[in-house]
Amino acid sequence: MITSFLVRAFDRQAALFLAILGLVIVAVPALNLLLPPDHPLHVPTYAVSLMGKYLTYALLALSVDLVWGYCGILSLGHGAFFALGGYAMGMYLMRQIGPRGVYGDPVLPDFMVFLNWKELPWYWTGFDMFPYALMMVLLVPGVLAFIFGWFAFRSRVSGVYLSIITQALTYALLLAFFRNDMGFGGNNGLTDFKDILGFPVQADGTRAALFVASGLALVLCFLLARSVTRSKLGKVLVAVRDAESRTRFLGYRVEHYKLFVWTLSAMMAGLAGALYVPQVGIINPGEFQPANSIEAVIWVAVGGRGTLFGPILGAVLVNYGKTWFTAVLPEVWLFALGALFVVVTLFLPKGLVGLVAMVRTRLPKRRTQKPEPATPSTGEPQPAE
Amino acid sequence: MMKLKSRMAGLTLAGLMASTMMGGAMAEETIKIGILHSLSGTMAISETTLKDTMLFLIEEQNKKGGVLGKKLEAVVVDPASDWPLFAEKARELISVNKVSAVFGCWTSVSRKSVLPVFEELNSILFYPVQYEGEESQRNVFYTGAAPNQQAIPAVDYLMKDEGVERWVLAGTDYVYPRTTNKILEAYLKSKGVKDEDIMINYTPFGHSDWQTIVSDIKAFGSAGKKTAVVSTINGDANVPFYKELGNAGVKAEDIPVVAFSVGEEELAGLDTAPLVGHLAAWNYFQSVDNPVNAEFISSWRAFTGNDKRVTNDPMEAHYIGFNMWVKAVEKAGTVDPDAVIDSLVGVSVPNLSGGYSAMMPNHHITKPVLIGEIQADGQFETVWETPGLVVGDEWSDYLEGSMDLIADWRAPLSCGNFNVKTGKCGGSGS
Amino acid sequence: MSLKNLMICLMILVMGCMVQTQGHAQDIEALRPQVNALAKGGFKETEAQVGALAAIGDPVVAPALEALSNGDLYERRSDGLVVIGTKAGADLALTDPLTGEALGTAPAASLTKIKVNNGLRRTIRSALGGLTLMAPDPQVRMTAAAAMFKSLDVEGLALLDTAMAAETDARVLKAMQEARAAVLLAVDAPETTKLEAVQVLASRGDREALSILTGVAANAQTPVALRDAADRAVAAISKNLVFWDIGQNVWYGISLGSVLLLAAIGLAITFGVMGVINMAHGEMVMIGAYVTFMVQEVIRTSAPELFGGSLAIALPLAFLVTALIGIAIERGIIRFLYGRPLETLLATWGLSLILQQAVRSIFGPTNREVGNPDWMSGAFQLGEMTITYNRLWIVVFSLLVFAGLMLVLKKTPFGLYTRAVTQNRRMAASMGIRTPWIDALTFGLGSGIAGIAGVALSQIDNVSPNLGQGYIIDSFMVVVFGGVGNLWGTLVGALTLGVVNKFLEPYAGAVLAKILMLVFIILFIQKRPRGLFALKGRAVEA
Repeated sequence: MITSFLVRAFDRQAALFLAILGLVIVAVPALNLLLPPDHPLHVPTYAVSLMGKYLTYALLALSVDLVWGYCGILSLGHGAFFALGGYAMGMYLMRQIGPRGVYGDPVLPDFMVFLNWKELPWYWTGFDMFPYALMMVLLVPGVLAFIFGWFAFRSRVSGVYLSIITQALTYALLLAFFRNDMGFGGNNGLTDFKDILGFPVQADGTRAALFVASGLALVLCFLLARSVTRSKLGKVLVAVRDAESRTRFLGYRVEHYKLFVWTLSAMMAGLAGALYVPQVGIINPGEFQPANSIEAVIWVAVGGRGTLFGPILGAVLVNYGKTWFTAVLPEVWLFALGALFVVVTLFLPKGLVGLVAMVRTRLPKRRTQKPEPATPSTGEPQPAE
Repeated sequence: MMKLKSRMAGLTLAGLMASTMMGGAMAEETIKIGILHSLSGTMAISETTLKDTMLFLIEEQNKKGGVLGKKLEAVVVDPASDWPLFAEKARELISVNKVSAVFGCWTSVSRKSVLPVFEELNSILFYPVQYEGEESQRNVFYTGAAPNQQAIPAVDYLMKDEGVERWVLAGTDYVYPRTTNKILEAYLKSKGVKDEDIMINYTPFGHSDWQTIVSDIKAFGSAGKKTAVVSTINGDANVPFYKELGNAGVKAEDIPVVAFSVGEEELAGLDTAPLVGHLAAWNYFQSVDNPVNAEFISSWRAFTGNDKRVTNDPMEAHYIGFNMWVKAVEKAGTVDPDAVIDSLVGVSVPNLSGGYSAMMPNHHITKPVLIGEIQADGQFETVWETPGLVVGDEWSDYLEGSMDLIADWRAPLSCGNFNVKTGKCGGSGS
Repeated sequence: MSLKNLMICLMILVMGCMVQTQGHAQDIEALRPQVNALAKGGFKETEAQVGALAAIGDPVVAPALEALSNGDLYERRSDGLVVIGTKAGADLALTDPLTGEALGTAPAASLTKIKVNNGLRRTIRSALGGLTLMAPDPQVRMTAAAAMFKSLDVEGLALLDTAMAAETDARVLKAMQEARAAVLLAVDAPETTKLEAVQVLASRGDREALSILTGVAANAQTPVALRDAADRAVAAISKNLVFWDIGQNVWYGISLGSVLLLAAIGLAITFGVMGVINMAHGEMVMIGAYVTFMVQEVIRTSAPELFGGSLAIALPLAFLVTALIGIAIERGIIRFLYGRPLETLLATWGLSLILQQAVRSIFGPTNREVGNPDWMSGAFQLGEMTITYNRLWIVVFSLLVFAGLMLVLKKTPFGLYTRAVTQNRRMAASMGIRTPWIDALTFGLGSGIAGIAGVALSQIDNVSPNLGQGYIIDSFMVVVFGGVGNLWGTLVGALTLGVVNKFLEPYAGAVLAKILMLVFIILFIQKRPRGLFALKGRAVEA
C-alpha cells in the first residue's frame, strides 16, 4: 500500500519535473531564435550558453548523486570523469579545426606545432570521427572508473578512505594533464574550437542545439537513473548504503553493485563534460581540480541528496548564484557562497528538496507518514557488524 | 515543491533578463570599460593590483573630463581564476554590460579562453602581461612584452656582460615557459652554446620544495664554466624558490638568476637582502628615475592610500594600453570597435620609463628593455637597457613553425598570420 | 647583513688604528681622488678604478670597496665627495670611507648612489680578498682566501705566497693553499706545479674543486699527464660525491617529510581522532602564518631588536588565535554535525572559502613578507651536504611538536579524556566526562597545532591567502596513508612520502614524482584499506 503510493507520488513528481525541464528545453531556444533581439522576452545567446552550462553541471550533479545519494560512495573526484569526457570531446573539436589554426597545419593542433611535434600521437587518432569521439566520451571515463572501482571495491576501501583516494585520482590527473609532454595542450588545454558536426560552434543555432542536447541528455540520464534506482538493483544499492555488511551477509556481491553504479555514474559525468566543452569553448586541466569535484558534491548537498531532482536543482541554483554574485559582488562573493554552504549543511541537512518536504509534512493536511526515500544515513552510527 | 521550483526557474530567467536590460539602459550616459581580472583564487595575488590600476586610471581620466565628453564607468567582474569563467564573464561584459573595451587577463590560458569571445562579439581586449607570443588577433592588443622584448635581451646581457656559458632554463610547466625556453634554446644554440651546457627543468604550479632543484643548479654550475639560471618560474612558486636560493648560499656573483615573472610586487613578499644582484628583465621598473614615473607613483599611492604600495611592469602596460585606447577613441571620435581597432595602430603615448610607446600593426607595442638587479630594499636597479625601443615580435624568428609568419592588421593585408613564403594569410599550411 | 656591518666596523677600527699609529694621514688624503673617481663613468670605469685601488694594495681602501659592493657608497652632489651612507630614518648617515669619520646625515636626494652590478661585485670580492689576506682576524682571512679561490686572479698569486708565509692558523693556511692551487691551474705554470695543484684540489674534494678540475680535464690544450691526473681526481671526487648525494637526498626527504608532518599533524587530530573532515585545516595553517606576519610587523616598527625572537613570540600567539577560532568553529558549526562526517566536509569547505576571503580582504591578496631571523637563515656544510638552517629547525620543530602532542594525549588528563571520548563516547559521558567540552578542546588543539605549523611554514613558503590550499590535499594524503586516528602513522607516513618523493624527483622530475606518489597512495590503500597503521576510532568508518 505504502509502496504503491510512493511509486505514484514519485511518478507524479517526476512527470512534473520532466514537464518543466521539457518546457525550458523548448522555450529557451525558441525565445532566443524566434524573437527579435529587442523583444522583452528575447533570451540572449549569452543566457542560452550559460543555461546550457548549468544543465551540464546538473547532469554532473545527478551522476554524483547516483553514487553518493543512493550508494553511499562519496566521490571527491567526479570532476575527473567530467573532464575526461570533456577532453574526448575537445580532441574531436580540435581535429575539426583542420587547417584553420594559426599555423595552418592541416592535421596538428597549434600547440603541437609550436612544440615541434612532427606527427599526431597515437591516442589522437580517430578523434576526427564524431562517433568514435562520442564512444570515447563514454568509454574513457567508464573504463577508468571500472578499473579504479574494481580494485577499490574489491579491497573494500570505503568511507573517507575512498573519498580521499578519489581525490588523489583527480589530483594526479590534474598534474598529468598539466604536463605539456602528455600532448593535451598543457595548462592551456584545448581551445579555439571552430566547428561541431560541420556547424560553427559560435552560431546562435548551434548554441541553441547544444542547449537542447544538454537538456535531452539530462532528461535521458534522469530517466535512466530513475529506472536504476527504482529497480531491485536500486533497492540493493540503498541497502548497501545503509548497511553494507548486512547486505553482504545476505548474499549480495556488494562490490558488483557498487562497481556497476560507479561506472554508470562516471559515464554520465563524462557525457556531461562532453556537452560542457563546446558550450564554454575551452577544456583545460583546471577542470580536474579537486575543488571542482568538491563543488559538485556541494550542489548535490544543497539540492538534496538521495533524490534525483535535488541535485539538478542544486547545481542550477548554486551556479546561477555564482554567476550573479561574481558580477554583482565581485569583491565579497566568496563570503556569500561560503555562508550558503555552511547554512545549508547546518539547517537543511536534506537540502532544498528536504526543506520542501518538511514544509509539506507540517502543512495541516498531514498524510500518511511518508517514508523518506531520501534519508541518507551514511554517517550515522552503524549497527554492530 | 513544484511551485517553488518553477518560481526559482522563473527568477533565474527574470534575473538574467533584468541584468541584460539594465545594461542596455545605462549605456547612454557613460562609456563603460570592462575589467576582467581575477579577484579570488590563485591568480588574485597578481591580478587584483591590475584591477586597482584600472580603477585608478579611469578615475584620473574622469578628472580630466572623461572621453568624448562622457564619463568613463568601470565594470568589475571576478572570473575567480577559473578559465572557462573568463570566457563567460567576457561574454557578459560585452553583450550584457555593453562595454567599449575590456582590460584584463593575466595567464595565457585565460587569454586563450576569451579570444573566441572577443572575435565573435567584435570587441577590444587589452592584455597587459608578458607572454609567449605566437599569436596576433584582430581584437586583442598586447601591451606586455613578447619574448624578444624580455627574454632574448636578458640572455644577450648575460652572455656579453657576464660571460655566461652554461645555462639552466628553469620554469613552471606551462605554455609560457615552454615556448620561451624553446625560443631561448634555439637562440642559444644559434650562438654556439652546446647541448650539454643547457639544462632545462620544469616544475609544477605552486611548487614549494626547491631543495633538489637548487642543489641540481649548484651541481650544474660547478662544471668550470660561468653559469646562469633563466627563470620562467610562475609567481607563487618564486618565493620558496628564492628563499631556498638565499639560504643555500647561491650568490648572484656566482650563479645569477634572471627572472621574467618576478617584479616589485612579488619581491614585496620577500626578504631581498640575500638576493641582491639577481636579475629581472622587464620594460619598466618602479625605480626608473623620470618625472612621469614619479608623478604616476605618487598619485597611485594617493589613490590607494598606501605610501608603500609598489608599481610594476604589468601596471605600466595597462597605463600605456589605457592611454592608447583614450587617444584612439578621441582620434576615431567614437567607441565603435572597428573604428577604434583601426585608429589604435600607430597611436603613440608616453610610457613610464621615459619615452614613447607606439602601437604597431601587429597589435604589439614598442618598448625599451631594462635589465635590473634586485636591491636590498625590494626594488630593482637598472644595470643595462636597450639603446632604443624594441618592437614586439609576435611570431618568433627562432621557431620553425613561425619564422615565416608576420602579422599586419592594416588594410589591405589585415592578417594575423601572413606567411611571407607562400604569400598567403593563414599560417604555414597550404 | 649584521656580520658584514660588523666586519666593516672592525675594518674601520683597524684602519683607524693604523692611521693613528703610522700617521700617514697625508697618504690617505692622497688616495682621496682615487676613491672619488669611483663615482665617475659607468660600470666599466668604476671597475677599472676598483682595479687601480686594489693595485695600490693599501687596506685602507677596503671599507670603501666593501660599501660599494653592498650598494652603500654615494657621491655627494654638492662637492663630489664619495661617502658611505647608511639608512638613518628617512635620511642617510654619512661616513668618510677613508678615515671612518662621521659626516652627519643628509637627505637621499642630495646624494647619487654609485651603481654596482654583479661583475663589479665579483671584482671587488677578489680585490678585497687580496687586501684582507693579512687581516688580524682569522675569519676575515678565511673569507679572503675563499674569495681568492673564486677569483682565479693571477695578481693574487704573490699576495697568497706572502700571506701563506705569515699564516699561523692551519685551517686558513689550507684554504690559502687551495686558493693558490686553483689560481695556478688557471694560469701559465710549469706542469709539475700544476700536478701538485691538482693533488691539493683533489684532497679538497668538493664541488668547487670538481668544477676547476673538470675544466682542466676538459681543456684540449692540457698536457696529457696533467689531464690524466685531473681525470683521476675528478673520478675520485665524483665517486665520493655520489654517497654524499644519497645522504643529501635522504636529508631532503626528511625535510620535506617534516613539512608534510607539520601540515598534517593538526589534521591527524581533527580528522584522524575526531572524524571531522576538516577542509578548513589549511586555512588554520594560513592564519598561523599571518599571525607570524603581524608579530613581525609590530616588532619591525616598535622593537627591531626583538626580531630574532619573533618566531618564539608568534608560536604561542598563533596557537592561541587558531585554537580559539577552532573552538568557535566547533561550538558554532561542527557540534551539530557529529555522526555525519561527510557533511562536515561541506560546512568546513564553505568555512574555508570564508576564511580565505576574509584574509584577502584584510591583508590584501598579495604575498606578505615574513623574514627569516638570523638563526633561521643561511646554511652550513656537513661534509659535502649543504644543510640550510631553516630546514634543520623545521625538522627539529616538527619532531618537538609531535613529541609534545604525544605527551599531551598520553600523559595528561585531557589526553585521557580525549581518548576516552574517541573510543566510546557514551561510556565516557556516563563516567562523568563532559564530552562537549572535550570535543571543543580537542578541535581547538588540532587547529592550534595547525596554527603553529603555519608559523614554521611561513619561513619557507608564500604567506598569502592561498597558503593553506597548497597543503590541504597533501595533508589528507598523509593522514589517510598513515592510518586515520593514529599519530604514529602520520609521522611514519609523512617521512616515508617525503623520502620516496625526493628519491623519485631526480629521475622522474618534480611533476612525475608527485604523480607517482599519488598513484602509489591509491594502490597502497587497495592493499591496506585502513592505511599504514589501522586503528579503530569514532565515526571514521562511515
